[in-house]
Amino acid sequence: MLAFTVMGSFWLEVIFKVGVLRRIKRVLLSIIPVAIIFLAWDYYAVHSGHWTFDKSQVVGIYGPSGIPLEEFLFFFIVPLAGLMTIEAVRAVKKHWTFGDEK
Amino acid sequence: MTYTELALSMTIIAILFDLFVTRSRMVTRKSFWNAYAIMLFFQLITNWWLTSRGILTYDEDVIIGSRIAAAPIEDLFFGFAMITMTISLWIYWGKKGVQRN
Repeated sequence: MLAFTVMGSFWLEVIFKVGVLRRIKRVLLSIIPVAIIFLAWDYYAVHSGHWTFDKSQVVGIYGPSGIPLEEFLFFFIVPLAGLMTIEAVRAVKKHWTFGDEK
Repeated sequence: MTYTELALSMTIIAILFDLFVTRSRMVTRKSFWNAYAIMLFFQLITNWWLTSRGILTYDEDVIIGSRIAAAPIEDLFFGFAMITMTISLWIYWGKKGVQRN
């Protein structure tokens, strides 16, 4: 699923030259604070049994609190794909406003 | 709290965060909703993959039970909240002049 997300979004870097990966500091400042909140939610949800991961379908590396490696990566890969998507929309629709114009 | 309650709460928090904390006001912009529509399409595919194969299973007692593409409808709120907050922050840093280009 993560590979699919990467394949589905990273080509935007090449074709539309969205330049998201190049702006890694801005990426991390945008993703990390949100990832912390959502990992806290995930931690609560896993401990409360809201959702469960199939042990036979994950790599088997677990972080603190028994959250699979894939789940940690999810909170970075998916938002990164989101940033590439909004920047790709900007690349195609140059006259639309995004809120950070000069 | 149930997944339903958390998902709705975080959706409201994400919208308030966007309007009043970052003041990016993405939820008022056509650009954002176009990007969201694209992401939603892909989320439905990945949700279906993860849920129908049993990679992820959900406790029926903490969801309302409506499912879209095999996954609980709550997942869409979860995804919306996460993506909205991230993009709202991204635009906020752009406004502040952090790696604008």
